[in-house]
Amino acid sequence: MKRWKQSELVPVQVELNGVQRRGLCEPRVLLSDFLRDTLGATGTHVGCETGECGACTIRVDGVAQRSCLTLAVQADGRCIETVEGLAQADGSLCELQHALRERFALQCGFCIPGILMTCAEMLKRRPLPEDEQIPGLLAGHLCRCTGYTDLLAAVRHTVAEVRRREAAHPASAPSVGVHDA
Amino acid sequence: MKPAPFEYVRIDHPDELSALLTEHGPEAAVLAGGQSLMPILNLRLRRPRVLLDLSRCRALHDLTPTSGGLQIGAAVTQATVLSWPRLAHQVPLLALALPHVGNPQIRSRGTLCGSLAHAHPQAELPLCLAALDGEIVLRSQRGERRIAAADFFIAAQKTACRPDEYIAQAHIPCQSIDEGSAFLEVAVRVTGQAQVACAAIAGPHRLRLAVLAGQATPQVHDYPLLPEADLRDQLDIIARSLALSCASADDDAYRRQLVVSLGLNALKQAQRARDRRAAVDAQIMEHRR
Amino acid sequence: MSERASRFGPSAGTRVEDAALLCGRGQFADDLGCKPGTLHAAILRSSHAHARLRGVDVSAAERAVGVRAVLTADDVTRWSRPLLAALRVPVLQPVLAKDAVHYVGEPLAVVLAENRYLAEDALEAIRVEYEPLPPVLDIAQALTLDGPRAHADLAQNIVSDRSYCYGDPDAALAAASHRVRLQIAYPRNTATPLECGVVVAEHFPDGNGGHGAYEVMSNFTGPMSLHAVMAMALQVPESHLRLRFPRDVGGSFGTKQSLFSAIVLLCLAARKAGAPVKWVEDRREHMTAATSATARRSHIEAAVQDDGRIAALSFDQIDDVGAYLRAPEPATFYRMHGCLTGAYAIQHLRVRNRVVLTNKTPTGLVRGFGGPQVYFALERLVQRIAVQLGLDPLDVYRRNFIAKDAFPYRAAAGALIDSGDYAATLAVALQAADITALRDRQRQARSEGRLYGIGFAAVVEPSISNMGYVTAALTAEQRAHAGPKQGALAAATVQIDPLGGITVGIDSMPAGQGHRTVCAQRVAAVFGLAPGDIVVNSELDTQKDAWSIAAGNYSCRFAGAVAGAVQIAAQRLRDRVAQHCADLLGCAPQDVVFAAGSLHARGQPEHILPLARVLSGPHWAPALSTEAGPPPLRETVFFTPETLHAPSSDDRVNASATYGFVFDLCALEIDRTTGRVYIDRYVTAHDAGRLLHPALADGQVRGGFAQALGAALSEELRYDGQGRFASQTLSDYLLPTCLDVPAPIIVHTQTPSPFTPLGAKGIGEGNSMSTPVCIANAVADALSSLPQSEHCQDLRLPLTPATVLALVAGGQGQAATGTVAVQTGKIR
Ligand SMILES: Cc1cc2nc3c(=O)[nH]c(=O)nc-3n(C[C@H](O)[C@H](O)[C@H](O)COP(=O)(O)OP(=O)(O)OC[C@H]3O[C@@H](n4cnc5c(N)ncnc54)[C@H](O)[C@@H]3O)c2cc1C
Ligand code: FES
Ligand code: FES
Repeated sequence: MKRWKQSELVPVQVELNGVQRRGLCEPRVLLSDFLRDTLGATGTHVGCETGECGACTIRVDGVAQRSCLTLAVQADGRCIETVEGLAQADGSLCELQHALRERFALQCGFCIPGILMTCAEMLKRRPLPEDEQIPGLLAGHLCRCTGYTDLLAAVRHTVAEVRRREAAHPASAPSVGVHDA
Repeated sequence: MKPAPFEYVRIDHPDELSALLTEHGPEAAVLAGGQSLMPILNLRLRRPRVLLDLSRCRALHDLTPTSGGLQIGAAVTQATVLSWPRLAHQVPLLALALPHVGNPQIRSRGTLCGSLAHAHPQAELPLCLAALDGEIVLRSQRGERRIAAADFFIAAQKTACRPDEYIAQAHIPCQSIDEGSAFLEVAVRVTGQAQVACAAIAGPHRLRLAVLAGQATPQVHDYPLLPEADLRDQLDIIARSLALSCASADDDAYRRQLVVSLGLNALKQAQRARDRRAAVDAQIMEHRR
Repeated sequence: MSERASRFGPSAGTRVEDAALLCGRGQFADDLGCKPGTLHAAILRSSHAHARLRGVDVSAAERAVGVRAVLTADDVTRWSRPLLAALRVPVLQPVLAKDAVHYVGEPLAVVLAENRYLAEDALEAIRVEYEPLPPVLDIAQALTLDGPRAHADLAQNIVSDRSYCYGDPDAALAAASHRVRLQIAYPRNTATPLECGVVVAEHFPDGNGGHGAYEVMSNFTGPMSLHAVMAMALQVPESHLRLRFPRDVGGSFGTKQSLFSAIVLLCLAARKAGAPVKWVEDRREHMTAATSATARRSHIEAAVQDDGRIAALSFDQIDDVGAYLRAPEPATFYRMHGCLTGAYAIQHLRVRNRVVLTNKTPTGLVRGFGGPQVYFALERLVQRIAVQLGLDPLDVYRRNFIAKDAFPYRAAAGALIDSGDYAATLAVALQAADITALRDRQRQARSEGRLYGIGFAAVVEPSISNMGYVTAALTAEQRAHAGPKQGALAAATVQIDPLGGITVGIDSMPAGQGHRTVCAQRVAAVFGLAPGDIVVNSELDTQKDAWSIAAGNYSCRFAGAVAGAVQIAAQRLRDRVAQHCADLLGCAPQDVVFAAGSLHARGQPEHILPLARVLSGPHWAPALSTEAGPPPLRETVFFTPETLHAPSSDDRVNASATYGFVFDLCALEIDRTTGRVYIDRYVTAHDAGRLLHPALADGQVRGGFAQALGAALSEELRYDGQGRFASQTLSDYLLPTCLDVPAPIIVHTQTPSPFTPLGAKGIGEGNSMSTPVCIANAVADALSSLPQSEHCQDLRLPLTPATVLALVAGGQGQAATGTVAVQTGKIR
């Protein structure tokens, strides 16, 4: 059992995109705020704080979930992946990010960090989702700019590419379209 | 939209939970997946003094098949239940209903027991528990009690769970293989909070329909195998008797109307599923012979 | 200059904005660091629609943990004036309510604390005593003579009542062989960007000669005419209210206009606290209190000839602008005033516009601003005309369209519609839709008893707003007294750095539309460079950059005006550079060729000068270049379309510089069991003049379509019978998800505008105007196969499954189920 008093400053340690990070916060602080304000990882966005919009979606121990519905103290000791960790080691875009840019799939980009994290999880699933399953996997993300069409096309394209590569080279290590933190 | 201050406790063992609930009673709130509680806290609609987080309590993470059914611990997420490989075979109704609950990123944290505890009148899982004659195990320092779904849901967001108790697990009986199931739901958007949902189970000799249409608690109705016209009459009676208080009279009327049409469709689909299952079984038997 | 060699480098034409946004390196307002010591604000808001304030006691909040100050109405009265309105009205909006509250969400006090959590804690310690008053909740109620008033001391809720007459509508109506009428209601809804508002404000007591000055960073998106309103409220000269803008804005669609009152509020809060303050609007605040599209009731009537030709139109329109007439209202009316006759050649027009106050959130810019309300009436009417006269709606369109050779066409109420070929655009749409096959499909569906409908909508999409249009709400005498307002300046600066790099500054604040990409492409093309070589900075600073009252991101002014100004600035700078280096190349200035990062004289590609060297020259040796005028290092251009004049003495107004055209077609089926609408095919044909970047234009269309689909089917800002607000979160206000939005088929025709530098027009708002009514027309058509379909004409948005199913039941001439009618006593 761990017990923290209400205004106590709690040490929280997470592995953020492969780097050990720590900070202090009250038990009530939302993980979204902790990431943005304490750790300075402002790539994760906040659009509603009730779980509806999906902008704050991150991966905790690999699982895509809402950081606005998680307390920072709950993430202590966990491995967190955010949009900042997606690009390739040399800083260039990963396959999925590239596909979004090529297809003009984003406009203001505010929703994108959350969508990318859900897609990152999706691309690691085996079997990969079928085309018709993809909208259902993304239905928890609101985008107010794009009307989703190009976004879905980019995601489908990436999934298809990964599937094609794996079929061609079944022996090689799974390629996932996103950089593994 | 930030929560009011609270004390936070990470529960490692179920006994700690019982002890703290006894200590704090109604001032404490159990935090499971947080997918309902956290929005409520962020909006400051509730201000518990202590938050008891059971999500890391190993003992509550078990999803165990038992002789007659499935035992689901308090910390088991909806995603875990949905991905249990034998779900579609053993409890097809749940396999049909779970995809309607929120979306994948919500289900990855939200627990099945949390949804039962929350007892939202628009929630699918309480409806399923009722349709399946499930049971809930409530635990406190005073001991454990097992309570049937029918007695658990008392009113909208009000259950038989007392302030010093928590849901330790839910028991969901397996469906028999001669049953067919269907789950139909209508919302304003394709996804989102259900306006009306109907869970139907068709056995060889009886039909069951559980309805959610905005009334306080799930309603379950059993029928013999009736012709469609008679079923429609029965559904008309249900529709008429629903105690609704929606935002508008139009909305009320809509829900009543849908209870009839969606309910009928659900019952028909369940019967077709039952017949398909029987046909497959017959084939298998044939094959064996 | 070359792209970094990587596996996934960008292709030509992709957006310069995207790499940062995709990697979490966006710079949205809430991502920018604040000064140490910045306090965080939380705003106490009214829980009542209308109430007298008996007392607001903040003493406990002032003593709460971490709280440094609480701003109250007394401070606000001492340090500021209410917000000026566009018309003379009996009540002006204060930024904090003082004696009474007039809508749910109206600010009452601001707590400034060390962080937002503590600030919200302290809000709960403020005690407010309300004495509830009866609220005004809709237009009908607002009009009653003996009903409640939105403000207790108002003589009436109507704050503006103007009538207009163009041509001889009365004679045309009297002589008409058919008169077709319709009443419509347009609901409150909003564009709901995913990012909410952010304001960071600081007060400098020493500024302004010791009178105090303010600095603000905000994702406010203009129009910057509101900067004057803010400065006047704060009682400082505009130069002492410095506004700066972040690089990225997470969507606005007009709505961030409403932040101007929050900016004033936070400036005063900073003054009270003696420290910089930051406020991040949360979703509940945004939904409740930011803004809303104007709700409208209209009676519309047409004088129609037997062939469907419309001789005259009459509009009687009433707008609910909420609790205050907040600037720029009543612009919802007047933005569309000049083009109220839509795409049609109708010379006789009668209009009455009334504005009422209600106890709801003040209204303002929401994508399409004014268009959705007008076209919901006008295009529903066209559908009714076809039905009533037994005509094919397509014939009604073709017979009434402004003819291709009539452009530029002066519409009855003054719009100078620049260009178009409406019949051609319609033809393109029909072809894309395969209308014959669709109609076959409809016949087939109907023969099976299914409810399948096809709807159309034709809209003229104005862009680049005339800064004077709202004065059409004044009488000619009032206008003469106030002095002329007109034009739509766009400012752009192109400058050269000491190593020859090029930076562009613009006066729009892009919120996702890719302005930086388009500007980079234009300037790169002028100088023979790659877009990646050009830096575009849209972080306007009112103390350093070129701007005017028209600056901002609204009315689709970018493509037509701002990009045009950029183009002119770049060309001027290039011409001046050519002037300076012509000698070096031994040719005439007009023969200097800019290509591939270098310069050469026409016909002598072998003798090149490196461009960067030439461009940077004047920095290092200005004396060498002064002969040909000042050193070519910077060019700022202010462009305004020449056709934008103040409203004429007979109330004609050309409210916009250009007018695009949209023709939409929707085929859908209504599920008879659930009332859900399934879109089978949606075609949207646009003529936005010359398209500067077709992929970005399509993005605007898709996004606008999705928002409009929400407005048509699920979105409404709802209030209950006491005026309590019922759409506080995104689980109450239902935005479409990717499962709800079909992909529209987009087609384009391009008739360049003669009035903008690049021939471009706006394209971002058309679908907000066309799509809701197109879907409604399709639903009406689907219902028309029911026996008593005459009952189904009053279509109200949003067409939720419940609404549609009630219409189906009405069309069948029976209540939903017999039992229900008895139960609720309500037979539709
Ligand atoms: C965007 C979004 C969409 C959603 N859509 C749906 C939907 O379509 N259908 C639907 O049914 N739900 C929906 N939900 C709610 C979701 O299913 C929740 O997960 C569920 O209702 C609660 O489970 P939880 O584990 O998250 O519980 P929590 O949020 O942690 O707790 C909910 C309540 O139950 C209590 N509680 C939890 N566990 C226990 C326990 N073991 N014993 C006693 N009390 C307990 C808590 O104290 C709290 O009062 C949605 C949520 C979001 C954010
Ligand atoms: S901010 Fe978390 S879901 Fe919207
Ligand atoms: S791109 Fe703006 S919200 Fe998705």
